[in-house]
Amino acid sequence: MRVLITGVSTYWGGRLAQALERDRAVETIIGVSPDDPSCPLERTEYVRVGLHHALLRRIVHAAEIDTVVDTRLVVDSLQASPRVAHEANVIGTMNILAACGGPNSPVRKFVFKSSAHYYGCERDDPAFFTEGMRRPHPPRTRLEADVVEAEKAVDGFAERNPEVVVTVLRFCNALGPDQRTTHTELFKLPAIPSILGFDPRYQFIHEDDLVGVLRFASENELSGVYNAAADGVLALSEVASLLGRPLAPILPPWGTSLAAAALRPAGIRVPEEVLNQLRYGRGMDNRKLKGAGYNFGYTSREAVLKHAEALRVRSLRRGEGEPYRYEREVEEFLRWSPSVRRKGTV
Amino acid sequence: MSEQRALPAPTDSDPRSLLPAIEPDRQVTDWGRSERVEGLLDATLYEFLYHYWFRVEVEGIENVPPTGGALLVSNHAGALPPDAPMIAKAIKEEHSRPRPLHLTVEHFFKGYPGLSMLVNKLGGVPAHPANVHRLLCDEQQLVLVFPEGRKGTEKLYKDRYRLRRFGRGGFVEAAMRAGTPIVPIAVIGAEEAMPTFAQVGLLRRLTGLIYFPVTPLFPHFGPLIGSAYLPAKFRIRFMEPIPTDQWGERPWDDKGLVQTVAEDVRARIQDELIDMVAHRRSVWFG
Repeated sequence: MRVLITGVSTYWGGRLAQALERDRAVETIIGVSPDDPSCPLERTEYVRVGLHHALLRRIVHAAEIDTVVDTRLVVDSLQASPRVAHEANVIGTMNILAACGGPNSPVRKFVFKSSAHYYGCERDDPAFFTEGMRRPHPPRTRLEADVVEAEKAVDGFAERNPEVVVTVLRFCNALGPDQRTTHTELFKLPAIPSILGFDPRYQFIHEDDLVGVLRFASENELSGVYNAAADGVLALSEVASLLGRPLAPILPPWGTSLAAAALRPAGIRVPEEVLNQLRYGRGMDNRKLKGAGYNFGYTSREAVLKHAEALRVRSLRRGEGEPYRYEREVEEFLRWSPSVRRKGTV
Repeated sequence: MSEQRALPAPTDSDPRSLLPAIEPDRQVTDWGRSERVEGLLDATLYEFLYHYWFRVEVEGIENVPPTGGALLVSNHAGALPPDAPMIAKAIKEEHSRPRPLHLTVEHFFKGYPGLSMLVNKLGGVPAHPANVHRLLCDEQQLVLVFPEGRKGTEKLYKDRYRLRRFGRGGFVEAAMRAGTPIVPIAVIGAEEAMPTFAQVGLLRRLTGLIYFPVTPLFPHFGPLIGSAYLPAKFRIRFMEPIPTDQWGERPWDDKGLVQTVAEDVRARIQDELIDMVAHRRSVWFG
């Protein structure tokens, strides 16, 4: 298996590359992203590419990549401005698909990391979305519109290239000590902000499962769309009590966006798509993925409990060891220099 | 291309076996239902209403199947309808194998502050076909629907015990797809417990509610006293279940059949209501 991972600088891409490095069946791992990797990688080759991934086709052909795992989709407004997110999610996806398609493309498998933003959060949602369902209303926020458009492009790619196994994974909110999302930021606060009069349903996936699902999809033949969400849907009040924090209904039910904007200077960022989730919540049916053979390591509740443990020791961990820093020259020296003594492996 | 590993054998083709396992430490179910909140209300308000205020009398409780999914279909009345909790309480009190009852509610409740927290804690589930199917077919639960919906609760006192249109027969389709029986229910008393004399369109729009009724105590005594019920005598009659697997393969594709069955269920409930009202000597004493 010769794998190319996009977004190797993100938590998802980096952890997946680390996991695949341990797999003997994986011959080559190439990681591409516009930013430097944020975790140490052994045998993954890193190539810096532009935000649009315009030259990816040459890498794919030159390295005869058969499996492309696209983990780069921006699913949180915390990570990028709406404009950058749009460039990455819509134009980037288009270019990556173009690089994988074509009559003499070596690619046989394409795994696309998508998000539950595809379904959105609305009043007239079903309690559990299954893969065949579509959102009841057109997307309301730019991020959601981008995710829907990116998935549409992937769908078109799958239709035009029937010989390629295309897997779309729709992930719910991820939790874990190394995650930095809008929700993990909210959960760090002394009280968890909520909308007065609403107790939305929430589903989570632990970060180990998140990597596990990506790896499962890249090592198996899963064709089609799969919801990636752990068992169990919690109420936000239950999440708060598991985290040992009170709920603070500081957002009014009417004029919520205005109030959220007013919280901004206080350092509490609640983007539009999260406001919808705080109001209506969401649940997904994960039985298709479980039926395909994936076993989740954690339920939603266990993921929250693990996250609570990590929050408690957060202050102790601070300043423990240098965070990993990527430096091209150092990495190249460690990898290729004859002076480096290798310990039996590789 | 290197050798692909074979896909692990799917654990089971039955989607029921893949449902999440029950975690005993959970505070709410995956539907958002809270045993604690429900139990609290049940032990106080519903207990009082059921035994002393409405003095509910139940007939045909054995028609509610002790196992498996079943769709209960009832008439619906009262500005703040008391029929749903009384039917749930009746199953809890009288049935040989008491089971929780899931109640389908309008999407409106999920979007209204306060109500959205309370309704699903008490077992309300938005009336989405996928929700009903999952409950009936996959989870084998009891689901209560009011096909009249809002049309039933907003109707005026002068129209009491006249059933409204039964939607588009969606409830029949749901039961057919899940292969579960339909149990029709006739309830009398709810119409007199909180009769509506008029609807005020302007106040409805101002409050964002689904309707704004004028009842004997509302709105002039405020929302608290206004939501009190008059002590009408309740009688709940569970009727013979209608099996939905008697029409062969994929009966729901035949929209004509769905409509006919829906109309049949409606007629049964209407006939039963007329019979029950005819035998009732007093609204308050039964």
